[in-house]
Amino acid sequence: MTEADDPEHTDHPDSSQYIVIGIILAVFTAIEVAISFSAVPTEVAIPSLIVLTVLKFLLVILWFMHLRFDSGWYRRLFAFGLAVALAIYAATISLMLYAGSNRPA
Amino acid sequence: MADTASSSAGGTPAAVTTAEASREVHSTSLGLSNEKLAMWTLLGSECLFFGALISAYLVYYGRYNGLPEISPALFDIPFTSVSTFVLLMSSLGMVLALAAIQRGDDRDFRIWILATAMMGTVFLSGQIYEFTVFVNEGMRLDTSPFAASFYVLTGFHGIHVTVGVLMLITLWSRSMTGNLTSEHSDVVENIGLYWHFVDIVWIVIFTAIYLIPYEQARL
Amino acid sequence: MTAVPADSASQGLRILKRPKAETGLWSWVTTTDHKKIGVMYFLATMFFFVVAGIEALLLRVQLAVPDNNFLSPDLYNQLYTMHGVTMVFFVGIPLGAAFFNYIMPLQIGARDVAFPRLNAFSFWVFVAAGVFMYSGVLLNGLPNGGWFNYAPLSTTVGPDPSGYTLGGGSAELASQVHMGRMLLYSVGLQIAGIATLAAAVNFIVTILNMRAPGMTLMRMPIFVWMTLIVAFLLLFALPVIGIALWQLLFDVRFGAGFFNPSVGGDPMLWEHMFWLFGHPEVYILILPAFGIISEIIPTFSRKPIFGYTAMVFAGIAIGFLGWGVWAHHMFATGMGPVANTAFGLTTMTIAVPTGVKIFNWIGTMWGGKLRLTTPMLFAIGTVAMFTIGGLSGVTHAVVPTNYQQTDSYYVVAHFHYVLFGGLVFGAIGGFYYWYPKVTGRLMNETLGKINFWTLIVGFNLTFGLMHFLGLWGMPRRIDTYASGFGWDTLNLIITVGAFIIAGSILLLVINMAVSVRRGKLAGDDPWDARTLEWMTSSPPKHYNFREIPQISARDELWHRKHAVTEDGAYIRVPAGGAGLVVDHDHESDIHMPDPSFYPALSAVGMPIMGWALFTSGAAMIVMLAVGSIITVGSLFAWAFEPSAEEGH
Repeated sequence: MTEADDPEHTDHPDSSQYIVIGIILAVFTAIEVAISFSAVPTEVAIPSLIVLTVLKFLLVILWFMHLRFDSGWYRRLFAFGLAVALAIYAATISLMLYAGSNRPA
Repeated sequence: MADTASSSAGGTPAAVTTAEASREVHSTSLGLSNEKLAMWTLLGSECLFFGALISAYLVYYGRYNGLPEISPALFDIPFTSVSTFVLLMSSLGMVLALAAIQRGDDRDFRIWILATAMMGTVFLSGQIYEFTVFVNEGMRLDTSPFAASFYVLTGFHGIHVTVGVLMLITLWSRSMTGNLTSEHSDVVENIGLYWHFVDIVWIVIFTAIYLIPYEQARL
Repeated sequence: MTAVPADSASQGLRILKRPKAETGLWSWVTTTDHKKIGVMYFLATMFFFVVAGIEALLLRVQLAVPDNNFLSPDLYNQLYTMHGVTMVFFVGIPLGAAFFNYIMPLQIGARDVAFPRLNAFSFWVFVAAGVFMYSGVLLNGLPNGGWFNYAPLSTTVGPDPSGYTLGGGSAELASQVHMGRMLLYSVGLQIAGIATLAAAVNFIVTILNMRAPGMTLMRMPIFVWMTLIVAFLLLFALPVIGIALWQLLFDVRFGAGFFNPSVGGDPMLWEHMFWLFGHPEVYILILPAFGIISEIIPTFSRKPIFGYTAMVFAGIAIGFLGWGVWAHHMFATGMGPVANTAFGLTTMTIAVPTGVKIFNWIGTMWGGKLRLTTPMLFAIGTVAMFTIGGLSGVTHAVVPTNYQQTDSYYVVAHFHYVLFGGLVFGAIGGFYYWYPKVTGRLMNETLGKINFWTLIVGFNLTFGLMHFLGLWGMPRRIDTYASGFGWDTLNLIITVGAFIIAGSILLLVINMAVSVRRGKLAGDDPWDARTLEWMTSSPPKHYNFREIPQISARDELWHRKHAVTEDGAYIRVPAGGAGLVVDHDHESDIHMPDPSFYPALSAVGMPIMGWALFTSGAAMIVMLAVGSIITVGSLFAWAFEPSAEEGH
């Protein structure tokens, strides 16, 4: 039972913190849409959109899904799936688009 | 879970002297709930599921089958932004519902869980409307690999949202009949995890499928 | 530590009564006992094993002589496809599930798996998938695109665009027949995937969360470790093929064009997705056998496993590296030298942890007091045959050699050494090893030894010679060949070998059937073994252990049977010594999950939804609705049914 060092936490954030996170998420989305409609050059726009998306993703999983407060096992299980997905699909997309004779004409 | 195992202190070999052996078995090996562990395991698997769909879209982005007008230029970004916003706020409704049932506030729980389900329904209606518009503009499942991968990706996400809405409405009706109380907040938490996951998938889809291709299509 | 969440508030919505039968058919249909489910998995798997074996024999009869007309080309294609599909999806995967179900909870000292009803659901959905897949016999025929089902052969083009064979001259009819077969493949495997995914989640949670007190991760038997790794591989590999199967479905049924190059689709997407799943799948199939022989070899060498930690980490390394080698199935597709080199290197790397395992099995036997019982013979056979298959696998990793070997019988030889020589030999060893635990009686040793020696002769005769055929240029998947290529004699000998295998398997089945009643009584611990399952009665009671054992060591039972003397030697404690089960009766305190109708019922709707796709218009919508009402309705009723009744 040595793994039981990190039992179920109950000190999740309270409602006011949830609302703050909700407002941040809304603002980020507004910025994303604004970027998409403003004259920001593409080279700046696309990286900023990706960064904002990652931030929103992290806010939801860490606070709304309590990964920041819960047992490390949940974090590991999810991160494992996410990491495998990112690695194999990045490799597949590169192979399909850029490898050998598959390169689009 | 505890009633049976706690009665079994026997069978201990003399060699065991560590503290862990004397501790009464009051729960699972990791001290975590089976159901929640299963939900996170399943969500890890879902990453691969949606990853495959998003990859297919990224590979086929630009393959318009000789119909370049059926492309991300069709996307109505203001409309999708609104439905994205609604889905994002439904996640807020979900955590507020969970917080309510954890502190035993049934009235607030019912309000927030129903609000969450309604926001999910609004999102789904928006998706049906969007699909209808696209089909009328000539974008069908068999138009091009781009169209097929768009419909299959967003369609599967929509099915996930539908399943989530059904579960939320079930929670609400169980609460109305008095069958769901703060003792069962773990059920709400697990369904909440599913709901948030569906939301983060849409966060990714909104950027990778709508905003960035639209940004490029404008060039 | 039981699997009974006391959910007293969920009392509404009782549509079906709680099943009461404790014996007879309904007790099996409604059971939630992991041991009964394990036995059912085993029986279903044996059924499919025999079916796929007969398919293989028919193929071998056709190939025994050149220019043979025993099977039509179309029938040949269906049979070789179904041989592969059945062996991989309806024998290999569920055979693992059979062992995991029966043995794993016993080995970790649990009363059942974490989700007993989900476990029953997995089994019945797997059966539904098998029924759906083979319903093609009554419809338009069975899938015929190979188990890999490469696009665009599987999708838009089809094997017979002019309708020459399939449509009797009508291209339209041929495309109907083709669509039906591909629907069987895509929906059938999709349903099987649901079953396996549910089982994977169940096993992961069970192993992480249901271990007996003191059973730390590094005290778990190697078999449990391999179960965990396999479950993770399934968890992450199945969604990949799942999506590819949906895309195939949309292509063949709704004209989507994912894999249709003429509209800009890319057949390579299927191939990547298939092997992204397909290579981890190889480890999904072989790791259970690795786990089984890692239990057998130490027991019959009378030594603890050599290098336990290395064994565990080699298993984990195989699990990780298994994700980075898939494109070695695709060297001949023109990915270019950079990609080919990279995947050639990763493939050679994966031989290292596999080599560590082989080294450790040999290390376990080295200097041990070997008892060459039937399970031990099969375990040694597994090590030897798998090593040959592993070495021919390394030759595939060399890209220029691979070009030569691709699609030849050399490949067929290779993967049969790995899967038959590895998985099947290991599993049969497991049958002989755990049969006394499951039935309470030992299988006949003499028959067992004949079984082993005939199988090893038949196996090597069949698949060993295929290496030569392949290198002499005989391509795989051809329905016949002309005389004069120098392949005739070997093909005939191979067919004879295949029938020797069949005879040997028949002997195994007879041995199992006869020993149920006539075998020697086994007692709790017939092999003088080391792990927890041998601590309880044979067969175990439905609650497994009267008292959940406290674990203080790896090889817990061995440590309970031995004590340390002052000079550090282990001596045997007389039977009934330290901590063996104390026989006082408080069975009534043990709460086990009750049986339920819903897991089996929810599986019924799935093939109905699949068959709906064979129709169109209103009929399709009605069938889809009926299927989903049955499935979703049962799942709802299940959610509101407490897993055990109060007060008993």
